[in-house]
Amino acid sequence: MQIIYTDVLVIGGGLAGQRAAIGVKRRGLETIVLSLVPAKRSHSAAAQGGMQASLGNCLGAAGDNEDCHFADTVRGSDWGADQQVVRMFAHTAPKAIRELTAWGVPWNRVQRGEHQITEDGQKKTVSEPAEAHGLITSRNFGGTQKWRACYVSDGTGHAMLYTMSNQAIAANIPVHERMEALSLIHDGKRCCGAIVRNLINGEILAYVAKATCIATGGFGRIYRASTNAIINEGMGAAIALETGIACLGNMEAIQFHPTGIVPAGILVTEACRGDGGLLLDAANRRFMPDYEPDKKELASRDVVSRRMEEHIAAGHGVHSRFGEHLWLDIRPLGRVHIERNLREVKEICHYFLGIDPAQELIPVRPAQHYSMGGVRTDHHGHSPTLKGLFSAGESACWDMHGFNRLGGNSVAETVVAGMIVGESMADFCHSTDGALHISTALAESFGCHERQRLAAIADCKGGENAFELTRLMQDTMTEQVGIFRHGERLQDAVARLQELQRRAARVSLRSNAPGANPELVAAYRLPRMLKLALCVAFGALQRTESRGAHYRADYPQRNDSTWMRRTLATWPDPQAQLPVLTYEALDIMHMELPPGWRGYGARDYIEHPDTIRRQQEIDRVLAGMGAADRFSRQEALMPFRHLLPEHLRGRNQRLGEKQ
Amino acid sequence: MNRIPVKQMSRTLHIRILRHNPHDPDSVPQLQSFELEEADTMTLFIALNEIRQTQDPSLQFDFVCRAGICGSCGVIVNGRPALACRTLTRDLPDNITLAPLPAFELIGDLSVNTGKWMRGMSERLETWVHTQNLERVDIDSMEAAMEPELAEKIYELERCIECGCCIAACGTAQMHADFVGAMGLNQIARFRLDPRDQRTDADYYELVGDESGVFGCMTLLGCEDMCPKDLPLAAQIAFLRRRMVMAR
Repeated sequence: MQIIYTDVLVIGGGLAGQRAAIGVKRRGLETIVLSLVPAKRSHSAAAQGGMQASLGNCLGAAGDNEDCHFADTVRGSDWGADQQVVRMFAHTAPKAIRELTAWGVPWNRVQRGEHQITEDGQKKTVSEPAEAHGLITSRNFGGTQKWRACYVSDGTGHAMLYTMSNQAIAANIPVHERMEALSLIHDGKRCCGAIVRNLINGEILAYVAKATCIATGGFGRIYRASTNAIINEGMGAAIALETGIACLGNMEAIQFHPTGIVPAGILVTEACRGDGGLLLDAANRRFMPDYEPDKKELASRDVVSRRMEEHIAAGHGVHSRFGEHLWLDIRPLGRVHIERNLREVKEICHYFLGIDPAQELIPVRPAQHYSMGGVRTDHHGHSPTLKGLFSAGESACWDMHGFNRLGGNSVAETVVAGMIVGESMADFCHSTDGALHISTALAESFGCHERQRLAAIADCKGGENAFELTRLMQDTMTEQVGIFRHGERLQDAVARLQELQRRAARVSLRSNAPGANPELVAAYRLPRMLKLALCVAFGALQRTESRGAHYRADYPQRNDSTWMRRTLATWPDPQAQLPVLTYEALDIMHMELPPGWRGYGARDYIEHPDTIRRQQEIDRVLAGMGAADRFSRQEALMPFRHLLPEHLRGRNQRLGEKQ
Repeated sequence: MNRIPVKQMSRTLHIRILRHNPHDPDSVPQLQSFELEEADTMTLFIALNEIRQTQDPSLQFDFVCRAGICGSCGVIVNGRPALACRTLTRDLPDNITLAPLPAFELIGDLSVNTGKWMRGMSERLETWVHTQNLERVDIDSMEAAMEPELAEKIYELERCIECGCCIAACGTAQMHADFVGAMGLNQIARFRLDPRDQRTDADYYELVGDESGVFGCMTLLGCEDMCPKDLPLAAQIAFLRRRMVMAR
């Protein structure tokens, strides 16, 4: 078996992985990026509408800053997020966008003077100040107080990923394309690389590294109706889980995006609503104001998706041969706006629906979209249980999103996390902990184990079909572990997934084609995906409350008194039928923003006794500070700058804040 | 109002696929026929997956986003390069022939190694912003202003998804393996437009001022005709050629 040595192995070639690789390379280390596909085809490219960063340049963004971005994100998370991580993120996002700007991303810019916007279906004229002319502009998105989503038409992720990939090429970072990590090499305490399969010729090889970073994105493909790319099968999270040592956090926290097109499930961006688009029902009636009089279509995604399903269940859905759906109406925005700022949406409607969205309504229904959970890490992206293992981006759970992510916070997180985790990996490699003391025999034994697993599949005569079992898993997840969850249905889903797990052990191949063999790929991914699905379904069953995107019809209230806790899943026994779940507490007494009402969604929740104590403490601290500026007040409540690499600690300059 | 595309009537599709597995010493390139019942809103993404799942599990092809965004699924459909994911079968005749994109290394069946080609092109044409001190960007200060219209013009060219359809449709690229194609020339046009890139026309001339660059184009215009993103490739090449003549 070939063994390739490097300092830092990055698994995943999307925005987070490539930014982390650029960071370690700058610190004088060698790095290799593994990618299932050519890096520029990673799912980051599919982010359409925008990247959240509080630049505050355009009129709708005036007065925005890190404090607003922090508060929006914590409320969006339904208080499930780690607030220090959210602070680190909100503080670094403007730096991330400015770095990308220097690197070449053609962000849309503010045009001075009057222009028209669409609000509540009406055209309105606003005037942009001359001093903002040419600075990066932003658009409105759900769950935010300000227009904060910076964008490049509706190809934001594409433009960011191409710029990032080009910088990685400029830095001479090798990307080993069409490579799939099958397992992490470790000795029980220390991760030291991965066993990898070449998806062109089927060869197995080992990559040995001081630090290994999982940046493989989400695992939406465990669901049938998902906006995710077909490569988002969660193999990065799965191989971390299969170590038995690394934990996955909050796997039950799954986001459903309000506007997947029907029937293909392809996403049309939240920017449709941010720019003034409306949701209509079968009677062509706008219904969101009835449910959410304040935020309307622009409440957070979990709330809008739930309201849509509620409205369909109340008999207001449009009947079609593909089941029921609702309408997204972007006609009020006008053709000029659509053809300039929503180009991908227009193309998607044209090619997949045969309609012109400037004239016709778009059929939509919520679809699985994002995995808030993932590989549990500390503030530096480092696994607390397996040294040398790092994770960044959607695959990670350093826990920035809690139980619901805000639109535009994902691409922003990928770059911010890449900037931070790249530095922590470099620090780790340069420290005494970074030294590697493994024998090649360890790599050989892991390689041997993977070859045996593949051989066992090839030799199996059980007669089960991997494609069929995958479909059954996806059906189970979409039907029973979706937007509305219920104890009995979840119990049944767990049982079904366990049955599929047993059947998956009897999968046999009809083809033994040399090379990558797509059937073999489906066969070895299936049991890993089932493990992730079981983490989601079992975690959802155990969490007897409703928080963010996790909604239990039988426990409809958010319950802070028992559930201010993060779910941690491990899988120590490979033969076990269920993950081991443990919980870690979120300490309200250290929160800058104690739990409360989000400003949208349900108002009733069960309070934790610490909430009032913490609020009193905050009031007391702030009262004692007199006219201190916002930075000192924040620092007094919850310091976070010490957690950031030194070069990311500076204050962000803004039009209104030119200190 | 409900205009979700539906088939006119039930029909059977006859799909012939050019198959070859270079990793199998016994494999001989050949056309294999499959029959498939057409379904509502069926795309080639759905059709190919159904064939693989129910008829031949060894069939190789590439999809990633399945939404026309990532550029993975370029394939020859009845003689013309196209993105398979957004090709609806209802727009095709009963007989459909699929072949891998030419000019790229074959991985197997419909899967070709576009990634390797693209990386080579990027390295050769240095498709990144060239400027001083990129490693020490002041990320605390406000960004430099840019004219809104210019940003939009750059994005217009940046929309290329590197699917390879223009290369497959290019006469020169079929004859000369080192031709950078419309895709490469469009990249140069994109960076040339970007004030952040400090390269001059003399620098670009060094990269594309020969037969493997802008002077290799025979103006057959297959690139622009086949570009799934409708990029203005012909105009970019013509303009770039003039600038390069002047830069000499």
